[in-house]
Amino acid sequence: MKKHQVVKTYKEINDKIRSGEVVVVTAEEMIDIVKQEGAVQAARTVDVVTTGTFSPMCSSGAFLNFGHSSPGTKAANVWLNNVPAYGGVAAVDCYIGATEPCADDPLNKVYPGEFSYGGGHVINDLVAGKRVHLKATAYGTDCYPSKYMENELTLSTIPNAVLCNPRNGYQNYNCAINLSKKTIYTYMGTLKPMAGNANYCSAGQLSPLMNDPYYQTIGLGTRIFLGGTQGYVTWSGTQHKPGVRRTARGIPISPAGTLWVMGDLKNMSPRWLVGISMMGYGCSLAVGLGIPIPILNEEMAEYTAVSDADIFTQLVDYGNDYPNGISRSHGQVSYAELKSGVIRFNDREIPTVPLSSVVRAREIALTLKDWIQRGDFLLGEPQFTLPT
Amino acid sequence: MYSKILVLRFPQTEVQRPIVCHLARDYDLTFNILNAQVLPRREGIMVLELSGARKNFKDGVNYLKEQGVQVQNASQDIRRDAKRCTHCGACTAVCPTGALYIERPEMSVNFDQSKCSVCELCITACPVRVMSARPTNKLFFE
Repeated sequence: MKKHQVVKTYKEINDKIRSGEVVVVTAEEMIDIVKQEGAVQAARTVDVVTTGTFSPMCSSGAFLNFGHSSPGTKAANVWLNNVPAYGGVAAVDCYIGATEPCADDPLNKVYPGEFSYGGGHVINDLVAGKRVHLKATAYGTDCYPSKYMENELTLSTIPNAVLCNPRNGYQNYNCAINLSKKTIYTYMGTLKPMAGNANYCSAGQLSPLMNDPYYQTIGLGTRIFLGGTQGYVTWSGTQHKPGVRRTARGIPISPAGTLWVMGDLKNMSPRWLVGISMMGYGCSLAVGLGIPIPILNEEMAEYTAVSDADIFTQLVDYGNDYPNGISRSHGQVSYAELKSGVIRFNDREIPTVPLSSVVRAREIALTLKDWIQRGDFLLGEPQFTLPT
Repeated sequence: MYSKILVLRFPQTEVQRPIVCHLARDYDLTFNILNAQVLPRREGIMVLELSGARKNFKDGVNYLKEQGVQVQNASQDIRRDAKRCTHCGACTAVCPTGALYIERPEMSVNFDQSKCSVCELCITACPVRVMSARPTNKLFFE
């Protein structure tokens, strides 16, 4: 174990938040601070670095308890605004998944499908305070005899609603190109043939897991910004894969860590949970997520000073390789190059297209900074950190 | 053959001059006047369908603009619901004219309507669906 020149505890930082002496900066602001002052001095001055990301996160959804009708129903099949929700939980509980399309959606029958309404939109409507139509069928039991129920729900009238996202905040992601000869419609957006564009999806230097690449401060109980309110990291996300290749400063060069996050849907806002439609692919939910990184020592100061030029990803062909399970990189590019608008590929310039909103990511980092400075948000010390 | 319905607005100062005939004479375009009127304050509005080779069409429209005529696509124009736009940038993959572009280094998405060719590709490419086509040819319904 390395010996650090600066050592701070969660309790010390939280005491500073309570007394209003805490120094908070965003991950973008931290880059120059460390450049100018060095990591040790930066670790002495700065207590917390805030991060943020806002992009489609398919593995998202919400558990809803919608309360009993009279007579009671053991809801087996559930629809919300005609979007199927999973009813195999308890009698009046369901899980509405972000990517579930509307029951009568034509899907890709008219290609590329539009996927105008799905689970993500139901969640968006709920947090916007809109009425959502519930329909449920059941087989009938002695204790719950009713075989059918319909109801108009609003988020404020149902007993419980919890956002529970099994995989959010991917630490790095592929940059998608299409080497086939026709336009394709993917979860990475529209890709024109012969590498006509390169689509990428990461907040880069603002991204939570890029600022704590070995998850030294992130685990069960880390308090976060989620959907416009306070939420928590509860586990490592599905497909969490920390063992991928990394750069000298620890940044993975392909998709790596992920987060399982939860929060009270009732306090969330439609600005930060936005239902989306990916043409030809399906429905999803854009989620706003931000993590405050405590600067416990100079090592964390160094990590949080990561900039787009230090973060690399792989060009992956979604025309042929990806759909056929061929794992192959067609080159490595930095996020600084990607954000410039063009990258070089095979001696040709190709335009780059982001799918993750840097504008919104920055807004999240600034919001989190504001909450902490005002003393409204204390750091949550993790019970254990994510596996490395 | 390229064809589009355009709304031309002639300022008060130009309304007396022969302009549209030059489209046929100098640019080899054919036009079909669908509606024309001089408004009480003497500015003119003309709706015409203009057809010809794509290059001539472009040159002809540029000529009109040089003459001080405001040219709009008649059938519809594209609007953005700026409040709901999340500035992700997905639309910039399909926009052929650069009307939707990213402002750097802020990385915000801007929409320059004057560059928009109303191809409508952005409408379904936008994940949040904030782009929409709206009819602008109210004249037809009056």
